[in-house]
Amino acid sequence: MELELTEEQRMLKTAASGFLKKECPPALAWEMREDERGYPPSLWQKMIEMGWTGVMVPETYGGIGGDFMDLCVILEALGEVCAPGPFFSTVVLGGLAVMELGTEAQKEALLSRIATGECIMALAADEEEAWCDASFIKTRGLREAGGYRISGTKLFVENAHVADIILCVVTGPAEGSLSVLLVQGDAPGLRITPLKTLAGERQCEVVFDRVEVKASDVLGEAEKAAPGFDRLLDQAAVAKCAELVGCLQTAFDMTVAYAKEREQFGRPIGSFQAVQHHCADMLIDLDGARFATYQAAWRIAGRMPWSREVAVAKAWTSDVARKVTLKAHQIHGAISFCEEHPLHVFYRKAKSGEVAFGDADFHLERVAGGLGL
Amino acid sequence: MDFSFTAEQERFRREVREYLEREVPPRWKELGYLIWEETDESWDITRQWNRKLGEKGWLALTWPRVYGGQERSHIDQLILDEEMARAGTPTGIETAITIGWVCPTIMLFGTEEQKLRYLPDAAKGRIIFCLGYSEPNAGSDLAAVRTTAVEDGDHYVINGQKVWTTVAHRADYCWLAARTDPDAPKHKGVSMFVVDMKSPGITVKPLINILGFHSFNEVFFDEVRVPKENLVGQKNMGWYQLAVALDFERSGVGTPARMHRTIDRLVAYCRQTRRNGRLLSEDPVIRKKLARLSVEAEVLRLLCYRITWIQEKGKTPNYEASLTKVFASELLDRLANTGMEILGPYGMLDRGSPRAALRGEILRLYLTSPSMGIGGGTSEIQRNIIAMRGLGLPRK
Ligand SMILES: Cc1cc2nc3c(=O)[nH]c(=O)nc-3n(C[C@H](O)[C@H](O)[C@H](O)COP(=O)(O)OP(=O)(O)OC[C@H]3O[C@@H](n4cnc5c(N)ncnc54)[C@H](O)[C@@H]3O)c2cc1C
Repeated sequence: MELELTEEQRMLKTAASGFLKKECPPALAWEMREDERGYPPSLWQKMIEMGWTGVMVPETYGGIGGDFMDLCVILEALGEVCAPGPFFSTVVLGGLAVMELGTEAQKEALLSRIATGECIMALAADEEEAWCDASFIKTRGLREAGGYRISGTKLFVENAHVADIILCVVTGPAEGSLSVLLVQGDAPGLRITPLKTLAGERQCEVVFDRVEVKASDVLGEAEKAAPGFDRLLDQAAVAKCAELVGCLQTAFDMTVAYAKEREQFGRPIGSFQAVQHHCADMLIDLDGARFATYQAAWRIAGRMPWSREVAVAKAWTSDVARKVTLKAHQIHGAISFCEEHPLHVFYRKAKSGEVAFGDADFHLERVAGGLGL
Repeated sequence: MDFSFTAEQERFRREVREYLEREVPPRWKELGYLIWEETDESWDITRQWNRKLGEKGWLALTWPRVYGGQERSHIDQLILDEEMARAGTPTGIETAITIGWVCPTIMLFGTEEQKLRYLPDAAKGRIIFCLGYSEPNAGSDLAAVRTTAVEDGDHYVINGQKVWTTVAHRADYCWLAARTDPDAPKHKGVSMFVVDMKSPGITVKPLINILGFHSFNEVFFDEVRVPKENLVGQKNMGWYQLAVALDFERSGVGTPARMHRTIDRLVAYCRQTRRNGRLLSEDPVIRKKLARLSVEAEVLRLLCYRITWIQEKGKTPNYEASLTKVFASELLDRLANTGMEILGPYGMLDRGSPRAALRGEILRLYLTSPSMGIGGGTSEIQRNIIAMRGLGLPRK
């Protein structure tokens, strides 16, 4: 048993956190909400240069050949500052989709482009009535001479507006079958409308109006994507947990520091038991989230059966994300109700992370199923 | 035991309901603003509305007639508050501050002249107060205020800074806590003043809240001269007066009424929204969540009724107001959060976004949550009051 990061992972973490705290304060995420892209390209470029986009890409394809745990280390650092940008949609969703589903040729072509940062990706899965569950997807891929034609509307597609490739999850022609299609970001028939979100992430509505896709742009095998796609969603859920752990850690650290420094009634507010108990509760929640997340990440990295651990991690972390950040506000008092104070960015991020890839109720249901209920 | 209203009270409820159904300005409903959301436009609507209520005598229903009131019962006030919340009338915190906090304190501690000067205008909806309590180093510890008021001839000269002062940029007067005896123990050197916000030397600096609106401010006082007759109550006894004033906040019955309205909207949404193969209203988890909220809102309503009942008996609520406030603010958190859980990914979409559910109202409510347990005395302080003042638990 070893419940610590490896030496290399610690170094990676220290370097990433140090860089981000300098280059990407939480206020940046908030400023970027009005930006057309949603992130500064220079920041993205620096992440690429540091090799983050290639963290899980095999060395033969130009990456650094790390595993899922290494990816989580970077995500945690990104979460600590609520970093904006296409890392999650490209490296986690795009990269893992290619690794889970792609053919060797696709891996070679796409993973190297992800590693070099040439290719920004977005995943178009959710729909008006389908959320975190591919079996309810209605967008259809119709087989046509030489390829597919996609018709349907996808929602909550993060970074579709800047994506070079949109991964579109479709069903058909066979009933209940699932395919993931690679759609160029400028394909004719695509209509992309940005949505305005709680935490400023760039989610879009994406309408596919008879968009044509070549047969070679099916990711892996046509109509057989369901198991690989489920594995992708599981990994995305844990990746989101890792980001949340970083986010909650910062909110917690800020709060404890503030409780030591802020004085009322002639003493630090951290000397009041009510405040101490809040801090203690926050730590219970946060430590739980960290180890539940690490356990799930470890199982994924080792390709061990992970279903229960993933559900446990996302159920717990989703639940505590809101609690921890709301308590952080409570202990900060009125100052944290100012837009200028960074805490609300964490409060927003916590909620959006809670919902992404299934909230607590969604994953509790999976746990219940696993119990044999 | 009798939880019912008299026939006359029921008649009043119907009268109010019919009036409000007719009169609430459509533009106000269109804006859909929540607490701490305010613009020039919404402010104008609210002021006009208050003048209208003021003309009807509905703004200060229970006050004595000489001060512009109707001398009606607290139960009638409760009915009015409940119906106004239900109808979603134009309102902001400034009405609660002016009518619910400042004026009752003036009524209790002010001179006859002071009462006649402010109360009738307030009852007509013509003047608004802001609360100048908090300072950078005096939040929960209100008695620590450092803003000073020093006698100079027939004036006091005020110097210092206030913060989080809601509507200071729009208010006519500031209800100000300032130190009049720097040498006395901190609770014994504070006095209350009415300060005209147009006085030279006052600077109001906006603070933007996390909903993106300008609702509160920093207020700086630089050699602001205030006539001596604007000191309300006994000099140096301001802190004790405030402690009493905190107890006659109104029942707060508007909160459960508004909650029931939001629950109804969520129910309607669930009945027409399908996710992952079924209507949300068929999901047992969601059903239970909404049912629980409904139970809690009902309990809150009863706790609010108790406050009115205490007042109706001519007594002053003690710990009951604190108890109700803690429960209400935490329940509002749960309502906002449960609403967000039910809306799922749609809950992430803000007002004005394509595809936003319920016009982004739940998201906005979620953003008000962190203020609920802070403003007007934090939940920790309220719990201290319940434990010490209410239960007599030992301090040490
Ligand atoms: C939206 C909003 C509007 C406001 N409008 C106004 C206004 O119009 N006028 C005005 O004067 N003020 C206003 N306030 C300020 C409000 O009254 C203060 O925020 C409140 O009194 C708490 O003070 P603080 O924010 O400085 O927090 P602090 O007092 O610094 O408290 C920080 C934390 O320490 C805890 N704490 C402090 N003392 C104790 C204790 N003894 N025991 C246990 N825990 C303790 C608190 O509960 C809190 O969790 C507003 C606040 C908000 C959020």
